[in-house]
Amino acid sequence: MPYIDLHAHMVSRSTDDYVQMAMTGCVAVTEPAFWAGWDRSSADGFEDYFRQLTEFEPNRAAQYGIQHYAWLCLNPKEGEDRNLARDVLARIPKFLDRPTVLGIGEIGMNRVTRNEIATFRDHVELALEHNQLIHIHTPHLEDKYKGTRTTIETLLKYDKIDPARVMIDHAEEHTLDMILDNGFWTGVTLYPQTKVSPQRAVDMIEMYGPERICVASACDWGPSVPVAIPQFALEMRRRKHSEALIHRVIYENPVAFLSQCPKFQLTRPVPSLAGAAGGR
Amino acid sequence: MDTPASRSPLTRRQLVDAYFIENRTRLLEVAAFLDRLDRADDPELARDFRMDALHEALDVLRGEWPNRVKTMQMVFSDPTTEPLEALDRKSAQGAFDKSKLEAR
Repeated sequence: MPYIDLHAHMVSRSTDDYVQMAMTGCVAVTEPAFWAGWDRSSADGFEDYFRQLTEFEPNRAAQYGIQHYAWLCLNPKEGEDRNLARDVLARIPKFLDRPTVLGIGEIGMNRVTRNEIATFRDHVELALEHNQLIHIHTPHLEDKYKGTRTTIETLLKYDKIDPARVMIDHAEEHTLDMILDNGFWTGVTLYPQTKVSPQRAVDMIEMYGPERICVASACDWGPSVPVAIPQFALEMRRRKHSEALIHRVIYENPVAFLSQCPKFQLTRPVPSLAGAAGGR
Repeated sequence: MDTPASRSPLTRRQLVDAYFIENRTRLLEVAAFLDRLDRADDPELARDFRMDALHEALDVLRGEWPNRVKTMQMVFSDPTTEPLEALDRKSAQGAFDKSKLEAR
């Protein structure tokens, strides 16, 4: 079954992972800029990273029949350094016209500090200035609830924000409803430990319906599973959900969100499985 | 947002038949973890805020809450609203240290 992984840090993965993803139906990935596990020492390091995301990685993915798109930013883990953030943000606009750049992301907060909020606002304003889609990281574990709430409160202060063009990612049971209630898209991250299992992700689909919800592997350099979306699909089948509903969550929903950027064009689009994929 | 009742296509019987064993395993893992702590020579750990949260979460597990997982998530969560003045550490720890609330 074809699927799109809306959040995958492929620079951290091997070509074997591309093979596994391709063999299980992955047709496209979108890769947000993120933390490398250590702090970069200068804006030059980010510029090299942006080139990797927009030049090298699309070509590597294409060898396995996977379309690769990217989001650019200085990630929340490095958002405390305001000087570095200003330097990096000044370099982002020249990359925004590249053919595989979909928008600004994954921005947001880590420990929810005043500097992180200021850096987040700078990114939001950059996105609004350049009419970009926005992809947002929400904090980990005990910081998720506070960080998600602060993120939403910050976004709602901007009159120009269209929630339909914003993905607030890494939702869990205690944050999903506040994201959806305010009209944003959301993502459920399928992690073996620190986020959501396929079983809990299916629970959320059963409870809230498929409207504006995507699932993703968010595979990176930590414990994560690049074929987490097929595992989610398997769990959906185990629960006797329809193929149409599965297709909606893992393919049609990401297409609906991402297609708001005209650069997102699938080379082999898959027709809708009409029928029982309705909302709540 | 109103949370509708679960639309699980499976019956309770089917869910128990399919998922009992894996959830039995999870409970045994937690029990073994607690036993392992008892065998460790470190009495100070009894006051670890993460373990306090874990025991509170176990109470939720046995309670009659309308949404156990959401309630448990909030047990582990930072309930405060004010931003931190500066970054204190890079990573989350899995549970909020509630002694910080008492210190305010």
